[in-house]
Amino acid sequence: MIAEDALKIATQHSAAATNTDPPLLQAHDVSIYYGETAAIKDVSVVATERSITAIIGPSGCGKSTLLRAFNRMNDFIPDARLAGQIRYRGVDIYQPQVDPVEVRRRVGMVFQKPNPFPKSIFKNVSWGPVINGFKGDVPGLVESSLRKAALWDEVKDRLNDSALALSGGQQQRLCIARALALQPDVILMDEPASALDPVSTARIEDLLFELKERYTIVIVTHNMQQAARVSDFTAFLDAGKLVEFGETDQVFTRPKQKRTEDYVSGRFG
Amino acid sequence: MSGVLESPANLHRRRTMARAFRTACMLLAWLCLVLLVVLLIHATYEGLPWLDLQFLREFPSRFPERAGIKSALYGSLWLISLTAGFSIPVGVAAAIYLEEYARRSRIHSLIEVSIANLAGVPSIVYGILGLTLFVRWLALGRSVVAGALTMSLLILPVIIIASREALRAVPDSIRQAASALGATQWQTIRHHVLPSALSGILTGTILALSRAIGETAPLIMIGALTYVAFVPAGPMDAFTALPIQIFNWVSRPQQEFHQLAAAGIMVLLTVLLLMNAAAVIIRHRSQRNRL
Repeated sequence: MIAEDALKIATQHSAAATNTDPPLLQAHDVSIYYGETAAIKDVSVVATERSITAIIGPSGCGKSTLLRAFNRMNDFIPDARLAGQIRYRGVDIYQPQVDPVEVRRRVGMVFQKPNPFPKSIFKNVSWGPVINGFKGDVPGLVESSLRKAALWDEVKDRLNDSALALSGGQQQRLCIARALALQPDVILMDEPASALDPVSTARIEDLLFELKERYTIVIVTHNMQQAARVSDFTAFLDAGKLVEFGETDQVFTRPKQKRTEDYVSGRFG
Repeated sequence: MSGVLESPANLHRRRTMARAFRTACMLLAWLCLVLLVVLLIHATYEGLPWLDLQFLREFPSRFPERAGIKSALYGSLWLISLTAGFSIPVGVAAAIYLEEYARRSRIHSLIEVSIANLAGVPSIVYGILGLTLFVRWLALGRSVVAGALTMSLLILPVIIIASREALRAVPDSIRQAASALGATQWQTIRHHVLPSALSGILTGTILALSRAIGETAPLIMIGALTYVAFVPAGPMDAFTALPIQIFNWVSRPQQEFHQLAAAGIMVLLTVLLLMNAAAVIIRHRSQRNRL
């Protein structure tokens, strides 16, 4: 699919964006190589403001690789290389004068397995803003971030306890609070519920709906029901190529590609 | 019942093997412990009557009843403090570079192999190197600082290898979490990687320093004295050390000096135990403070 199509699909259905504004986050003809092997080939997708975009596809199709390109986490993989552009508010984040640290401050990330720091609940949330020079009301920021992540009521009396004492689902919401504390525009989520039980998963999904009011979310998921439930747009990747990108409703009920139909109806993957 | 839960033919033999291995492991573990206890009892039996405040306060003497260990004890404390001061920063920094910053390359693997090999070089060789490099070229003389630098060279590979192991044990998810929050690599290392690795680094470092405090050969090589009737006042003074003093006493014919040596061994072991205790306390504190 060519980049202009992706942009059209996203802007057509988004009330927030006008055609003159650049989309908040955009992959433009992106290919990602590990050494000589291409993990992603010529993929173009767009994430518009205050929406949830799901990236689905079978294991090894490159969906995590694509997600990690949006905040330059692939920089840590020694021979990973990217061609094409990732644009944040119209700016290519891979051009030399862009500092990846600044990109990651604005584009938050939640990982597959909850990975809180082995520190107190409070410090888990406050650390990011503090090292980035936040000078305001730190306890207030910690509280509002924990509230946004729907965790405040469960932890308000034990902010100084170790984060590792929380349950898996609580730890994942803490990781979301930690990302929110930096006041990012975008939150990338890499299968955030795959290591959690169904009840915790439902809580995370509820939370996604609330977060959508303020943030742009890109979520990688293995779980097609989850993508259908929570997302506004869906990108279906297979073997590193974008097969289909569109409104979630359309992708799941009236897929344009045979391959998509086979996948969403559970015939492979 | 027939057939159900019936033992396969070789089960008995496998069980016997398992038991035999378990017993062998247990016996060997006890053997180590017994040897240590025998050593301690022997040293205590011989040395305890000589171990008093006077023994700690007096300088060596050719009269056993007047001889003390003051200069050797102070020399060893000087030596180990300076060695720690040189080797810990350099060793930990080298480990951080190799583990966190360095890209895989041919030079990188060359450095790795060299460090592993250096850990196995006999200590007397380090003595020769120290004599040439520090005593002669840098003209530091037979000083504490020359001894400490030599000891630092000796234990650096051990510190680097132990620190790298500790850094490698820190899960990558912590580094990624910190990076994703807009932390620079140094902030990630300083606030998360090092605190998590601290107890491992400390354990390795204390083990390395314990080795240094017991080493004799390189010190003799660089010319540490065997008879010193003064306490080093600064890093450029001549010195002796506990193992040298012990060696000196053991090599004398009189029975009394052998008993003095045993008392010296008790002092050396006490210093070692105190160092290990300090490591345990620091480790405990650091784990509590991380919250």
